[in-house]
Amino acid sequence: MSMLTEHQQRAYIGGQAAEARVNLELETDGMTLNIGPQHPATHGTLRIITRLDGEQVISAEPVMGYMHRGYEKLTEVRTYPQINTLINRIDWLSSFANEVPFILAAERLMEIEAPPRAQWIRTIFFELSRIANITLFLGEMGVQLGAITAVFYAFRDREHVLNQIEAATGGRFHPNYDRIGGLKEDLPKGWVAETKSVMAKVRDFCDEMETLVGTNEIFETRTRGIGVIPVEVALGYGLSGANIRASGLDWDLRRDSDTPLAWKEVDWKVWTHPDGDSFARYWVRLQETREATLIVDQLLDGLPAGPIMAKVPRIIKVPPGEAWVATENPLGEMGYYLVSKGDLGPFRVKIRTPSFNNISIVPWVLKGVYVPDVITILASLYFILGDIDR
Amino acid sequence: MPELPGLMKGLNVTLRTMLRPAVTTQYPHVKEAPPSRARGVIALKEENCTVCMLCARQCPVWCIYIEGHKTKAPPRRAGGKPRTVQLLDRFDIDYSLCMYCGICVEVCPFDALFWSPEYEYSEPHIADLLHDKDRLGQWMEAVPEPEPLEAGAVAKKK
Amino acid sequence: MTLALELAYWQQLAIKVLAILVIVPTATAIIVQTFLFKMMAHMQSRLGPMEAGPHGTLQLMADGAKFVQKELLAPARADRRVFTLAPVVVLLSTFLLFVVIPAGPGIVAENLDLGIFFALAVSSISVLGVLMAGWASANKYALMGGLRAAGQLIAYELPLVLAVVGVVIQAGDLSLQGIVRAQAEGEIFGFGLIGLPFVLTQFLGFALFLIATQAELTQPPFDMPVAESELVAGFQVEYSGLQFLYFYLGEFGAAFAFSALAATMFLGGWWVPGLDLEGGLLANVVGPVVLFAKTMAVAFVIFWIRFTYPRLREDQLQSFAWKYLIPLSLVNILVTGAFKVIF
Ligand code: SF4
Ligand code: SF4
Repeated sequence: MSMLTEHQQRAYIGGQAAEARVNLELETDGMTLNIGPQHPATHGTLRIITRLDGEQVISAEPVMGYMHRGYEKLTEVRTYPQINTLINRIDWLSSFANEVPFILAAERLMEIEAPPRAQWIRTIFFELSRIANITLFLGEMGVQLGAITAVFYAFRDREHVLNQIEAATGGRFHPNYDRIGGLKEDLPKGWVAETKSVMAKVRDFCDEMETLVGTNEIFETRTRGIGVIPVEVALGYGLSGANIRASGLDWDLRRDSDTPLAWKEVDWKVWTHPDGDSFARYWVRLQETREATLIVDQLLDGLPAGPIMAKVPRIIKVPPGEAWVATENPLGEMGYYLVSKGDLGPFRVKIRTPSFNNISIVPWVLKGVYVPDVITILASLYFILGDIDR
Repeated sequence: MPELPGLMKGLNVTLRTMLRPAVTTQYPHVKEAPPSRARGVIALKEENCTVCMLCARQCPVWCIYIEGHKTKAPPRRAGGKPRTVQLLDRFDIDYSLCMYCGICVEVCPFDALFWSPEYEYSEPHIADLLHDKDRLGQWMEAVPEPEPLEAGAVAKKK
Repeated sequence: MTLALELAYWQQLAIKVLAILVIVPTATAIIVQTFLFKMMAHMQSRLGPMEAGPHGTLQLMADGAKFVQKELLAPARADRRVFTLAPVVVLLSTFLLFVVIPAGPGIVAENLDLGIFFALAVSSISVLGVLMAGWASANKYALMGGLRAAGQLIAYELPLVLAVVGVVIQAGDLSLQGIVRAQAEGEIFGFGLIGLPFVLTQFLGFALFLIATQAELTQPPFDMPVAESELVAGFQVEYSGLQFLYFYLGEFGAAFAFSALAATMFLGGWWVPGLDLEGGLLANVVGPVVLFAKTMAVAFVIFWIRFTYPRLREDQLQSFAWKYLIPLSLVNILVTGAFKVIF
């Protein structure tokens, strides 16, 4: 090297450095990995485009709409009873809970109030559909992390709940049980006692899940501190439901809004968790399932006697007006903004579904995590495809 | 990192489940009876149907096809005028479209449609899922009596 | 080789090859049928396959037939040669594993002096196959799976070997027959009736070996390379038909082989009290049965864990190997060595 001038040396070093930088850029260019639209972790057809650096996610972008069924538009050309059966299919795991806010909005415009017995039964079914939904989450979360057994237990015990829903409404998945002004029909004989024993089974299931998955150390290492969402960010993205309660916000529409449903009559607790990570979301949902069984038990005990249907005209026409009703669905806040012009069907319905907002945080929360954690976080955010795409 | 207790308890859960009998029902050999309210298949009571078309119009997916014609029936009371009645020519439900919502059964003002919990009518060809009025009439046998209601209920007057 | 003494070398060889060719699929079939189909089903409150044959026992035949019928697909941009070779490499590694496992005083394909060394060496050939499969599939998921598998298998190869070192020190022999003999002849404080299954002294080694085996087999909690909920099936994702069956055979054949190795090294192998160590018809007939029973017991534990636990993340399982398993196995060696010197 001694024969080189300083200038030559510098040029050489500069050349090396430039080359190094090129190499560096080539190395960190990343790889685009399409998670979905058909991928086991997306429970449906959600597509997440991730750019990876090794196993680390640089950026992630959810692409929705693969299951868009146009419900908002469809409601404009259907009558109210027909819409009721359609919106069952939005969040298909807790169909009954989809019906309630819509019916409540229509009732508000018509100035009808369902009799107390109907409200209580509505609340019972609302909580039953919450249980049917979240039991599946509890198992699903296990299976996403590799504990396949959990999901079979979930299906096993969810079956009991579905049987109860079917026994009263006739439909396992799509009850179509709610009516403007009340309910389709009253409960069959023996249903109350049977449901109580099912609730005990669900509580056993929760205990089982807790020992099998919730307290498993491997599960905790996989979920604790993963996908932490601080409460301000959660609020900014419009998260709701258990996702925001797991970030420490004590907010539950069952308690905080003035729906005529019967939650106010019973004694229960809103569970929150300060951590905001995936484990917190799992834990909050587990506790909520337990709490829901207790709510159902209390409601069954205090079920008032009486009619289940208010006086409603045979042909339902909703007077002109606008109404917004939101309820605390299993996945979060679900609401309908109903605009009526006095026809057989609504003029316009805006459906606010919880999963759509819950999934919007994905680009933020997935930044910088590892690929396996993508699955953990997606599972813990818990979305239903029909609920995202509508 | 892993401590024993949580992991061991998990093992215990699976072992216990293994030693308990499984919940599986061996379907074609053993059948579970669906509850009597289950919406399995729609049965048609042809005598009651007046071809009012309400069900066909209210069906959200319009999968009921009805045709009928008017005819004279003998008077109800002796000496009365002959009545005009509608007779069904065709009453088809396309179960490949039906979403089992139950609206048709509910809106029928003349009690001509009923739910039956019967569910074994799957077909290898989708076109065979179109049940005509004879087939729908046969399901009437499988329609259960309405169940008694839970305590505190007010029976519906109809 | 007491059994094949009068035969020419090539005849012996033919018999051995045939025996291995029969044993591996049979062992795999038994493992899959008992554990994957039935035990897993019952642990999940199901019944598992019931229709094919009495209690579903012929299900595997049906599955096998199905796999054979299926078209062999390869992605357009796959490296065809490597792609087709990869399952064979994995399968080969499994076949070779069976060579050194003794099932009786005279029943062993090749009683190598370095038996255990050989077994561990050939078991790591499968890493190569996995890496080849991951790379040649021209699929990002497969690539990630293959890389994860390679990293994991290398990390867990170490505790596996180190766990075995304790046994080797105690037995003073590297051949598996020697290890069986050492356990049969061992005494527990002068009480020699049941011999000395090394699980009593090498319990730490046994635990380490089982954990490392779990990782070698890429089973939960160490199944990140094939994690079906994120990598879909990792390196196997593009394989179909017979080639997939090869992987399948390789995986569960290896499960059997590793269980048999563990049974041989820690539970006394084919020997039970009363059997003649030196040979004889009785030992050669009862030996395989005993080994089989012990293998199934070990496999039960392995699969029990598989069906219960969630999986660790790749970096977590790496740090688990390097921070806990390897130091522990070193301690195990140290203690074993010290005792060996003292007694
Ligand atoms: S159940 Fe619903 S979809 Fe089916 S025929 Fe009746 S109205 Fe139509
Ligand atoms: S609503 Fe009843 S009576 Fe009218 S056409 Fe339908 S089945 Fe017949």
